[in-house]
Amino acid sequence: MTEQKYKFLSTPRRPVEDRRFVAGRGKFIADLDRPNMLHVAPLASHHAAAVINGIDASAALAMPGVVDVITGAELAAAVQPLMNGLNTPNVRRFPLAVDRVRYAGEWVCAVVAESRALAEDALEKIIVDATPQPFILDAEAALLETSAPVHPEHGSNLLLDRKFVWGPVDDDFDAAAHSLSFSVTWGRNSTVPIETFGVLAEWNGWDQMLDIWASIQMPKYADQIARSLDLPGNAIRVHYDVDVGGSYGVKRGIKHSVLVGYIARKLGCPVRLIEDRLENMRAGDAHGPERKFDITIAFDQDGTVRSMKMRALDNAGAYAGRAPFQLGKPISAIVGPYQINSVAYHALSVTTNKTVQEAVRGFGQAPTNYAIETAMDRVAEYLGMDRLALRQKNLIRKDQFPYLIPSGSYYDSGDYHAVIDKVLAAADYPAMLAERDRLRDAGMMAGIGIAACLEPSGGNSSFEPLLNQSNQTSTWMESCQVNIDALGKLTARIHTTSSGQGHETLVSTVLGEVMQIDPELIRITRPNSLESLPGNSPVGSRMAIMLGGAAARAGEKLKAKIMAIAAHRLGVAIDQLRYEGGDVLAHDGRRFTWDEMVELAHRQYHNLPDGMDPGLASFDIMQVPTGDALPVDDKVQMYPCYSFEFHLLLVSFDPIIGRPDIHSYVIGHDCGTVINPAIVSGMTYGGIAHGIGAALFEEFAYDTNGQLLTQSFLDYLMPSSHEVPAIQIVKHCTPSPHTVFGQKGSGESGYLGAPAAVSAAINDAVSSLGIHFEKLPIRMSAISDAIAAKTS
Amino acid sequence: MNDVTLTINGKPVSGVTEPRVTLLDFLRDVAGLKGTHAGCEHGVCGACTVLIDGTAVRSCLMLAVQAEGEDITTIEGIGGSGARAGELGVIQDAFCETHGLQCGYCTPGMILAAEALLSVNTDPTEHEVREAISGNICRCTGYVQIVDAILLAAKRLGQRNDAVPSDATLA
Repeated sequence: MTEQKYKFLSTPRRPVEDRRFVAGRGKFIADLDRPNMLHVAPLASHHAAAVINGIDASAALAMPGVVDVITGAELAAAVQPLMNGLNTPNVRRFPLAVDRVRYAGEWVCAVVAESRALAEDALEKIIVDATPQPFILDAEAALLETSAPVHPEHGSNLLLDRKFVWGPVDDDFDAAAHSLSFSVTWGRNSTVPIETFGVLAEWNGWDQMLDIWASIQMPKYADQIARSLDLPGNAIRVHYDVDVGGSYGVKRGIKHSVLVGYIARKLGCPVRLIEDRLENMRAGDAHGPERKFDITIAFDQDGTVRSMKMRALDNAGAYAGRAPFQLGKPISAIVGPYQINSVAYHALSVTTNKTVQEAVRGFGQAPTNYAIETAMDRVAEYLGMDRLALRQKNLIRKDQFPYLIPSGSYYDSGDYHAVIDKVLAAADYPAMLAERDRLRDAGMMAGIGIAACLEPSGGNSSFEPLLNQSNQTSTWMESCQVNIDALGKLTARIHTTSSGQGHETLVSTVLGEVMQIDPELIRITRPNSLESLPGNSPVGSRMAIMLGGAAARAGEKLKAKIMAIAAHRLGVAIDQLRYEGGDVLAHDGRRFTWDEMVELAHRQYHNLPDGMDPGLASFDIMQVPTGDALPVDDKVQMYPCYSFEFHLLLVSFDPIIGRPDIHSYVIGHDCGTVINPAIVSGMTYGGIAHGIGAALFEEFAYDTNGQLLTQSFLDYLMPSSHEVPAIQIVKHCTPSPHTVFGQKGSGESGYLGAPAAVSAAINDAVSSLGIHFEKLPIRMSAISDAIAAKTS
Repeated sequence: MNDVTLTINGKPVSGVTEPRVTLLDFLRDVAGLKGTHAGCEHGVCGACTVLIDGTAVRSCLMLAVQAEGEDITTIEGIGGSGARAGELGVIQDAFCETHGLQCGYCTPGMILAAEALLSVNTDPTEHEVREAISGNICRCTGYVQIVDAILLAAKRLGQRNDAVPSDATLA
């Protein structure tokens, strides 16, 4: 274990951000008021698909306090279409519908008024003349040539259709003793932050500057707004000192931001749009993957899994966005933690008349992990083999790292068997089995769920060139600046917003460790985008690796300068000096103190080494480790680090009521060296809660008319403190060889395996009835109905 | 428009507002207290929780005019203020100790729900804590470290040798 090596890292320390939040002093987007600010309310389409014949806003415009009504036609004439990651130029998307609407809830026009309430009042006065059109909701149906395309100009509903074959799939299938096929479906859900998305834009014509404050988590956010508004990049100033009230991937907000940016520029005053909950649910364009998997898996009698064929069909909703790339990221761990020799992967993404899909925690990895883990359970069931033994047989062994998977990524490190052994001991697995049997004897349905999976971390963007060969992106950097002021105190600058990940704590802890200075004394600031170095925001479970890495490297550069100053001052070679808590000690016992060093660097140029720049500042722009090449032969090294998690839980429910009760939940988690233990544990607990929601409760369900049924918190059910049990985390540390301290990512932990594990527990509970639940969420009504059908 | 006068964090506050304005919007937009947050605005998530005479109430479900004359505590009334800004109340300190939050958006409501619980139950069980916060949705934490925080706060409040049961009195 590495814990003893560090003074501040891996030690229990309070996250520095928490103080302002417990006092209600966070600075969220809705807390910001600007003088003469106007407010926007969008008008939503009632139709799943319709042609817009005309919009009459005259009555709305005549209302007191109403300033303007913006239509899609006006906007489309003034701004560029929103960026699209694939080569689908005819799937054009603007913040407001242009000529036709493509899902119920899509924004048709936007009222600008002196208050949000007045803007909402005016919405009711707008008359939209629209002719309903045929619509399509199901992804398989959308694939049929007879189905009308959501975008007629595109010619079909197909956004992405890529087939990959990695390794000797046919040979492995021929050689295998058995194969089986099954299908599972991941229901459409999202992480649904408690704060909805909001953005405030203010145009200053004298400076030709658009200032933007937003609750954003989006790579290249400022660039995308500038492109859409046809503004120079340096005319957009995004303020990163806005606290984001939860995101978990979804707060992308480009359409909102382009809309209010346009209005702010047109009207010359500050404009704010804060989604209400209904807008967030049906038109925030933040739904997660809705994915059907068809899997065939080849294996031997002894349980060795040889090969897998996976077809993944994703329902992207009405526009392309970044959704199709969520089929790409899972390629980085397409065999999970297992030694599967070959894989055929068919990734399909289609448009339908549903709300647009966006990035959600894990970027498609949790659904894929659910499919892989279901496959392992089906193989065990087929062979009559213990599920745990089957996994232990196929897991990659500690001595096999770095391990090259068929799709081209090396897994960096791990000891999966050790983690599982620890979990089994901590959970008292034999006692858990006995408790399951006792519950069954008492008339309850009881099951144990098991899931093992990986969290690819250190996010780069290799899936973009892999899925879109005209995309040459291999750079996915993060950066940090550090300054020591003339009084000797450290300030570090980070160039992103945060949504609860604790980046200020991350950077102060890492810098404190490198500089051997109490992190409490280090100030972290967030400059605006024009004052920032390049970065790619906290996505892909990357900040411990990338922002932590950049901060550490910037600190090391400062330390190197301090050592050079000390060597010059003391007249000795650097290799005869030792850095200790800010001071520098010579081999002969002389001490060059921090205060002397600061004095020299800031005020005594004549005492600095020849040619050295004055002051004490450094920065680092860090590229993702191992992310140095484009794909070759459909293979690429994706993320650098792979965290491991192993879930074990016991569930029971009454066979008539079907309401699952989680008795115990133990997770083994190995994310390498931990920076802050409370933050990592919190991420894991929260991820499991999200996973329980995805497995049992949460779904954006549509009726046959294409209307979203679950559009409030009364019907989109989320786990409360009653549904999330006490959770035991069993920690293990296998450092990554690719990162400065051996850290890996943990921002998606828990969520990547919990849905699979909870599903497995429910399925284990009903296994005696021959029931397989093949779709998430598994609602209690589905459970009780399935049992009733088998037993009546 | 209506005149509304009420007590917020021990101080009288008056404002003119439309009858349709919620207590939540009044607190944020008229009283300028931004620590009370809008989450769902239909009474489910609990982000807008405030105390009225010590009872946890959803300020999005109450009109400002209905709060006439009421004694309201918001998150700004917990812990130190003014020259004592930066001094945490016991419950707030416990949330920091266990990291019972991440993004901080539901946190004011959680702390007020905890305040309401601990003002009437000084030694709650874990189940009672979970019950007390079951109307407050948190999407970050899975509640584990929140439950830990409230149990820790109860323990520390029980160990205090003064008779002050509530953080609110610090203000």
